[in-house]
Amino acid sequence: MDGNSAIGEAAIRAGCRCYFGYPITPQNELTEYMAMHLSRKKGCAFVQAESELAAINMVYGASLVGARAMTSSSSPGISLKQEGISYLAACELPAVIVNMQRGGPGLGSISAAQSDYFQATRGGGHGDYRTIVLGPSSVQELADLTMRAFELADKYKIPVIILGDGVLGQMMEPVEFKKEAPAELPIRENSLRGATGRPSKIVKTFTSNPSELEEINWSLFRRYTLIKKQETTCETFMVDDARLVVIAFGIAARIAKGAIKTARAEGLKIGLLRPITLWPFPEEQVKEVAKTTGQFLVFEMNMGQMIEDVQLALAGQGEVAFYGRPGGVIPAPSEVARVITRLYYQKGLK
Amino acid sequence: MLIKTLIAGFGGQGVLSMGLNLAEAAMLEGKNVTYLPAYGAEVRGGTANCTVAISDDEIASPVASSPEFVVAMNQPSAVKFQHHIQSGGLFFLNSSLVEVEILRGDIEIVRVAANKIAEELGSPKAANMVMLGALTRKSGLVELASMIETLKRIMGAKKKLVDVNEKALKTGYDLF
Amino acid sequence: MKLIYSRPKSLKKAVFHYCPGCGHSVAHRLICEVIDEMGLQEKTLGIPPPGCSVFAYNYFDVDMAESAHGRGAAVATGVKRAYPEIVVFTYQGDGDLAGIGTAETIHAANRGENITTIFINNAVYGMTGGQMAPTTLCGMKTTTTPYGRDHLLEGHPIKMSEILALLEGVAYIERVAVNSPSNIRKTKKAIAKAFQMQLDKRGFSMVEILSPCPTNWKMSSVQAWKWVDEEMAKVFPLGVFKDVTEKKDAD
Repeated sequence: MDGNSAIGEAAIRAGCRCYFGYPITPQNELTEYMAMHLSRKKGCAFVQAESELAAINMVYGASLVGARAMTSSSSPGISLKQEGISYLAACELPAVIVNMQRGGPGLGSISAAQSDYFQATRGGGHGDYRTIVLGPSSVQELADLTMRAFELADKYKIPVIILGDGVLGQMMEPVEFKKEAPAELPIRENSLRGATGRPSKIVKTFTSNPSELEEINWSLFRRYTLIKKQETTCETFMVDDARLVVIAFGIAARIAKGAIKTARAEGLKIGLLRPITLWPFPEEQVKEVAKTTGQFLVFEMNMGQMIEDVQLALAGQGEVAFYGRPGGVIPAPSEVARVITRLYYQKGLK
Repeated sequence: MLIKTLIAGFGGQGVLSMGLNLAEAAMLEGKNVTYLPAYGAEVRGGTANCTVAISDDEIASPVASSPEFVVAMNQPSAVKFQHHIQSGGLFFLNSSLVEVEILRGDIEIVRVAANKIAEELGSPKAANMVMLGALTRKSGLVELASMIETLKRIMGAKKKLVDVNEKALKTGYDLF
Repeated sequence: MKLIYSRPKSLKKAVFHYCPGCGHSVAHRLICEVIDEMGLQEKTLGIPPPGCSVFAYNYFDVDMAESAHGRGAAVATGVKRAYPEIVVFTYQGDGDLAGIGTAETIHAANRGENITTIFINNAVYGMTGGQMAPTTLCGMKTTTTPYGRDHLLEGHPIKMSEILALLEGVAYIERVAVNSPSNIRKTKKAIAKAFQMQLDKRGFSMVEILSPCPTNWKMSSVQAWKWVDEEMAKVFPLGVFKDVTEKKDAD
């Protein structure tokens, strides 16, 4: 199954009944999958919106009344959605937003890239907020993380971003789907379905009172701290005896893993740390690895974005090198193997 | 062992379904597999290609910068991809449509008159299956039986269609 | 003693923050009266906009959810599609509906979304301090058209009711005003009809309300009420622009 359709199937199995989108390559298979499975079905909604702006605001509307709702796009379209994501974050409304990244800036290219790491992990829109960001690296993980995204969104009342890329979306791989959510999910508390048998409720973000807004921000950040504590995940691969650890996410991590296997076959002690939650970033896990390894290589398909989180986590411990390929270039595992092998020798690790 | 195959041609030649058939047959045999079609503006204007990676281990990248096997179903693909093939690799040419001279001496060239053979079989549209049969035999990537089983799974109840394609697949396979 | 006039149930007991002579408070009250009379208080969701009426949620005693500037129709689309049992209305100003949210409005109307829009046209940006709106009249002075709106530079005022009435998905459009007792009565009838269209699943319904803004027009309340008739209604004629009540095949 292709990655985009796998997200769609996983979303439906997670109880997503509302999808709003706008066409953009390379994620159209997802929009089409949702059109096929959600239009003209009772209790389901699919709208091809007039713009990304409209689509994310439809998600906002569906989330207001308690639906599990989703939208998807690729980099330029995600820029347009930032307004809505900021409102979702402010109103503490769950939603799942998929970004199958392509090369940028501007219209860029339709080839896979990782250039929206900053946008995704720093909030992306205006205001002081975060979204949970998940970085899948296979079609199987696209499916698994999509299901997890809906659970996290509901649990923490927060928008969750799935930060994939064009290759993951387009490629086909075998995939198995986890258990389906129950057909009838309980109605989420605070859904605005009319003030029947209760006082009327307000969902708002505007206040003319700065100290009221300060309290809203404090409460958001208390929840963010809890998310950091409870939901941070990463994968490590052969780090125990590693003298050099590569840190990469998504498709880049997958390529790096292949390169590391090649290098290991040559007797080089190299490991991999792959953040799965990009926000919250696995700082503690990076620190833990730094207790036994002094050398790091960050590999990204951009000019150096996640590396800042790595450096923040390390706080001066160890040495961090960088290998980046921007603009939608997908380096071969052999190229990455050459880079890490060269670094290994340069640093006298052999 | 990781082997990558790139299949290219005109849109409508069944290039993507060749790749899909190969990928699913490999999956049936319990191998790790990725299938990546070229997409978007790249495939507008009549050309199509896809990459299939098959391995016993996890596959690092579904992209092939230097595939072991390349299938060129038309002339532009033969020109474009001949320099991508890994040294020692196999280059499958649809000699019914490809006339260009291949300049590389470090690869093996496999010529299959796919269109001509398909026409002789009375099903000109099955040229892709003739080529896929040849690829199956020469590459040894998957068993012919897996290919046929996949074919049946993909085409489902359309028995006539399955028969035509199976025949073409076997004919291609028996060429070598 | 016989009670002949009281606060509608769905209007909260709060003092309006609107300026004297402003049309918002009248429009609010009329919507609440309609909600009461149609028995919709417990199944209505209102979508107020940014702008002076951002605080509408302090007055309406129904569920209320703020939308981003211009996105009311998209939010209402999401609401209604996800939960069709609800009665949803957007409350939007001219900058919101006819400027930044033109696309959302036109496309929701064109899809025939079963939602109701109350469009307050006061020909000016109120909350931000009296800048030109898409509906500002030619020659009218605002803080960003200090020499008066010149159609060669700023274009003509945009007529949303006329534009939207052309769309197949629209069930009902009427332009009314809240500047006299008789106009206010007509406005209430129009609002009730718009909600009824939604209940009958006929498609998109909108009531455009010409509404005085004495503060930014720099007039007294009485002058402003007169100006609605004498100037505004010439450019924005009152009346019904679309009504599918009699049409049976509207679905």
